Amino acid sequence: MKAAPAVVLLLVPASLALGIAFGSVDLAPAQLSDALLGRGDEIAREIVWGVRAPRALAGFACGGLLALAGALLQVLLRNPLADPAILGVSGGAATGALGAMLLGAAAAGVSFSALAGASLAALAVFMFSLGRSGWNPYRVLLTGVALASGFGALVGLMLAIAPAAQVQGMLFWLLGDLSPAGEPWAALAVLAACAAVAFSQAGALDVLMLGEDKARSLGVAVTRLQAIAFGCATLATVAAVLLGGTIGFVGLVVPHLLRLSGVHRHRVLLPLAACLGGSLLAIADTLARTVAAPAELPVGVLTAMIGVPVLLLLLARLR
Amino acid sequence: MLSATRLGLSAGGRELVRALDLSLAPGECWALLGRNGSGKTSLVHALAGLRAPQAGAVALDGVPLAAIRRSELARRVAVLLQDEESGFWGSVVDFVALGRYPRSRTSFVRDDEALGEARRWLAELDLADREAQAYRTLSGGERQRARIAQVLVQDADILLLDEPLQHLDLRHQGLVMRTLAARAAAGKTVLAALHEPGHAARHCAFSVLLYDAGRASPGRSSDMLTHANLEALYQCRLEAAGARSFLPS
Repeated sequence: MKAAPAVVLLLVPASLALGIAFGSVDLAPAQLSDALLGRGDEIAREIVWGVRAPRALAGFACGGLLALAGALLQVLLRNPLADPAILGVSGGAATGALGAMLLGAAAAGVSFSALAGASLAALAVFMFSLGRSGWNPYRVLLTGVALASGFGALVGLMLAIAPAAQVQGMLFWLLGDLSPAGEPWAALAVLAACAAVAFSQAGALDVLMLGEDKARSLGVAVTRLQAIAFGCATLATVAAVLLGGTIGFVGLVVPHLLRLSGVHRHRVLLPLAACLGGSLLAIADTLARTVAAPAELPVGVLTAMIGVPVLLLLLARLR
Repeated sequence: MLSATRLGLSAGGRELVRALDLSLAPGECWALLGRNGSGKTSLVHALAGLRAPQAGAVALDGVPLAAIRRSELARRVAVLLQDEESGFWGSVVDFVALGRYPRSRTSFVRDDEALGEARRWLAELDLADREAQAYRTLSGGERQRARIAQVLVQDADILLLDEPLQHLDLRHQGLVMRTLAARAAAGKTVLAALHEPGHAARHCAFSVLLYDAGRASPGRSSDMLTHANLEALYQCRLEAAGARSFLPS
């Protein structure tokens, strides 16, 4: 499928346009175009520029970060099941966020606590996976999985003891939810930075797919490359989780969608993963906002509902 | 010139190589022979700078390997590893072109020059009709030839190959050995870990024999590959197989 890159690149403006065009309030096409150009009535302009555009961009940033992190982790750990949740970072953030909610903290407190939890988890994975013999993908994987299940237990405990009124907010956070997402600019900046750094290593990442010793023999500074890729993946995951909670499947599915459609060189795969992940999450979030309007669904449920069948379909076609 | 001085290697508490002095000069084709577990792979890794020796040193034109940058070393020494990840998603020609990574001026491997070299070596190794196929779908022997093509594409002065003949049928064993010998004749240094002394005798002017307990002896194949030496090396009785044993010509 040579068309994959073009399709993905077309999806980016399309997904953002969908996010701006649809919402709980119906705006006529004329109203929309006026508002986009900064004309017309103030309410429409506020809806388009103050609510929908930041929300669509937040969805795009979040999905792009998760897909980029997933693509990096899959080559770094040379494991097709690697996704951002495997680092334990999502679990650490969830534990921090739910702990803050349990204590009745405001939104800023929840974000800060999630950041602290994510950073601690990332630090723990990094420290435990760098043993005396250097970096070992299996140790990273198992450390991340162990931490993630530990955090899972803590999250379960907090859900069990939380007052009923708080449980719904917690569940939304855990399923992934962009409604409390504020300004998307910081996350977009992190996405651009991580994508640029990862892109600069694209050739070396191609070589790393051959294994660490082979990559060394071909002149790749493997340890440095792993540290860079791990750092990028962690930073991207933290930024995504702070914005939208633990949204699943994007990081796992998006890189595989691209590989299954014939994209495997990282200089194409990494930017396309960011674009496709961003577009899919922006579309999923638009659906989450509109299918049951005025109520909102957790976007993580929709990414799973879309991502799982698509991946299964593509896998079935794989020889 | 790749040289090891007083090289000592051990693994898992066993001494594999003790005080080996070895000089591999341009134009020389070396066979590396020894029983399973005798340390052939460890020696190849040490010569390639992929593992630090327990004693002694390996030097390239007098400079210790540890003092040479990886990117520089990769332009001068290429190595075929015995085991390799097989999770490559792309086509055969893309796989082979990755061997050009140390030489591509941009960090992007796929340029016309790399693809041209990849196609040339694929054709040389009888894989011309496989270049567009997915690497994952190759058979074991085809994959082995693609991996050898990747090493040749690297165009290093020194080629170290750990069991280049594994998985290959007789015809392709002969093809690979002739190709390696031709590289040596063109001025490259070649060292290949082999399991068939017949190939060593035919194509390699020099041999290193790795006996048990760390004893390693390098020399001319004509002196080294004697009946007595090979029986001591493999620790079994050997007989001339006569008219029912064949090697590719």
